[in-house]
Amino acid sequence: MTSMTKSMDASSTRLSKKKVVTNKPVAEAQMVDSKEERESAAASISLLDKIQLKIKKMTAPSAVQSGEYFGTPGAGDSRLIGVCSTMFFIAVWAIATEGGFIKPIFLPSPLDVVQRLIDITVDGFAGATLVEHLNASLVRIFGAFILACLIGIPLGITIGCNRVFRGIFDPLIEFYRPLPPLAYLPLIIIWLGIDESSKVTLIFLAMLSPIVLSARAGVTSVRIEQIQVAYSMGATPWQVITQVIARGAMPDIMTGMRIAIGFGWTTLVAAEMVAAERGIGFMVLNASEFLVTDVVIAGIIVIGIIAYCFDLLMRYLEAKLIPWKGYN
Amino acid sequence: MNTLKVCEVSVVYPGSDGGESVTALSDVNLTMEQGDLVVALGASGCGKTTLLNLIAGFISPSKGYLTLGSSKVKGYPRVLCGKDIGDEVTGPDADRGVVFQKHALLPWLNVIENTEFGLKLQGVDKQTRRERAAEYLKLVGLEDFHQHKVYQLSGGMQQRVGIARALTNDPKMLLLDEPLGALDALTRESLQELLLDVWRKTNKMMFFITHSVDEALLLATRLVVMSPRPGRITHQFDLNFNQQFLDCRDARQVKSSPEFIAMREQVLAIIHGDELAVA
Repeated sequence: MTSMTKSMDASSTRLSKKKVVTNKPVAEAQMVDSKEERESAAASISLLDKIQLKIKKMTAPSAVQSGEYFGTPGAGDSRLIGVCSTMFFIAVWAIATEGGFIKPIFLPSPLDVVQRLIDITVDGFAGATLVEHLNASLVRIFGAFILACLIGIPLGITIGCNRVFRGIFDPLIEFYRPLPPLAYLPLIIIWLGIDESSKVTLIFLAMLSPIVLSARAGVTSVRIEQIQVAYSMGATPWQVITQVIARGAMPDIMTGMRIAIGFGWTTLVAAEMVAAERGIGFMVLNASEFLVTDVVIAGIIVIGIIAYCFDLLMRYLEAKLIPWKGYN
Repeated sequence: MNTLKVCEVSVVYPGSDGGESVTALSDVNLTMEQGDLVVALGASGCGKTTLLNLIAGFISPSKGYLTLGSSKVKGYPRVLCGKDIGDEVTGPDADRGVVFQKHALLPWLNVIENTEFGLKLQGVDKQTRRERAAEYLKLVGLEDFHQHKVYQLSGGMQQRVGIARALTNDPKMLLLDEPLGALDALTRESLQELLLDVWRKTNKMMFFITHSVDEALLLATRLVVMSPRPGRITHQFDLNFNQQFLDCRDARQVKSSPEFIAMREQVLAIIHGDELAVA
């Protein structure tokens, strides 16, 4: 109730401001001599003014709801706006394609894409159904992801905690980190062949460096007081690493994991360029070679949706596992 | 048996990049017995925290030595490279609990899990450590906050959890580095009183650092006034204002007594003299 009255108060103050704003140009308009001129001037100004006010209203911060802080930039829920903007985007797409402004070979209509999505789910494309393609890719990505976490997190923490390990691994990781995966793909194929292992390795390597670096950064973000207090409670160095540092590094590690998954999707298409028979990246590549644009778009949308869902899952896990993030 | 001895201790920090070395502490002598509440007071840079770090075992003396009971106290050279160097020499350990100005609670654990953390590290079974932790949380007045998240507590409550956590380990002594420095005046006063109650009930040896003269005078059985450049102990006073407070339970009455005011003037004169000398 209180928040309701508050917001009404706020809107009424805004209204009174509006009056102040409108009065001023009207007063200026009265300076004009001719009566007609004066009227038309007043009318045009008031129209301009109305538009201006509309814009002001849209961009002005709304009244502070209970539980929010005044002055926080970008406060409030944006989900509804997100849905609307997506709808608008799809509508523009539909009008541009269904209206015949763009040829289907460049951009097929949303309906065509949906139809094609159903087709490739049921009948398949390039020798496998969408689910089979997806399955092959997900196994690669999440296989590589789990591997990268299992190796990267302990490695990053060890690098952060140990001078010798840092000396050994720092140059290696810093050297290969900025290399594009496509650059070392041929090497991996020469070493490992063209089967699954080379694909998983490529994705794994792309994911490893952000996870290692974030775990290492997480170690330094643990406050020295927390470490000292643990020692003063009789902790062994091993206990400090496992029970204080590893836990305290979690927020950074989870950020690194989110970045790593993004890298994974980027690298997936590169990994599936060579001798893949299945995979969503392979499907998109194959479709692009035959100019099957609707499959390309369908594939991109599927990748986007899955990546987004995974990010939502990670955010949920962040809220569950590291609720203290942002506090001190 | 629980005597802390600081003998002729100096700490020199080597200058970085060929700069001049800094003498943080110079020839400090201090003896503490069970039940002592020693408060170190002094201007910034007088080596109070260095002295606490020495006692805690976070750093090693450049000269002289420290003993607690029969073991020598020495800092491990690097935080993460502790090594077992025998019983007679000890780095930071469970016998010296530490409370910092900014709470060092672990945010992934709730209040009672934080409090029992030390016992958990030592492998005490869950039921025993829960009981012990609950006992000390009650002592600091947090018996209704066992399951609360520590990062959502107020600053005063966080410090109380920190004190309970240090006590749950049953250390020989408690080291408090400006534990009330970041609190508002009212919380600060109530925590001073709480700390005195805890001190009387547990009869722990405490080493307390503060910037506040009033706080120092009210809490201390012995007041150690330190001066900067080089950091050293210049004056020591034996006080009994804390006993006066525990008898009458009225901090304002104690603080407005003529002896308290005279003492405060004396100590302030020393500290201001130092600041003028430095400036």
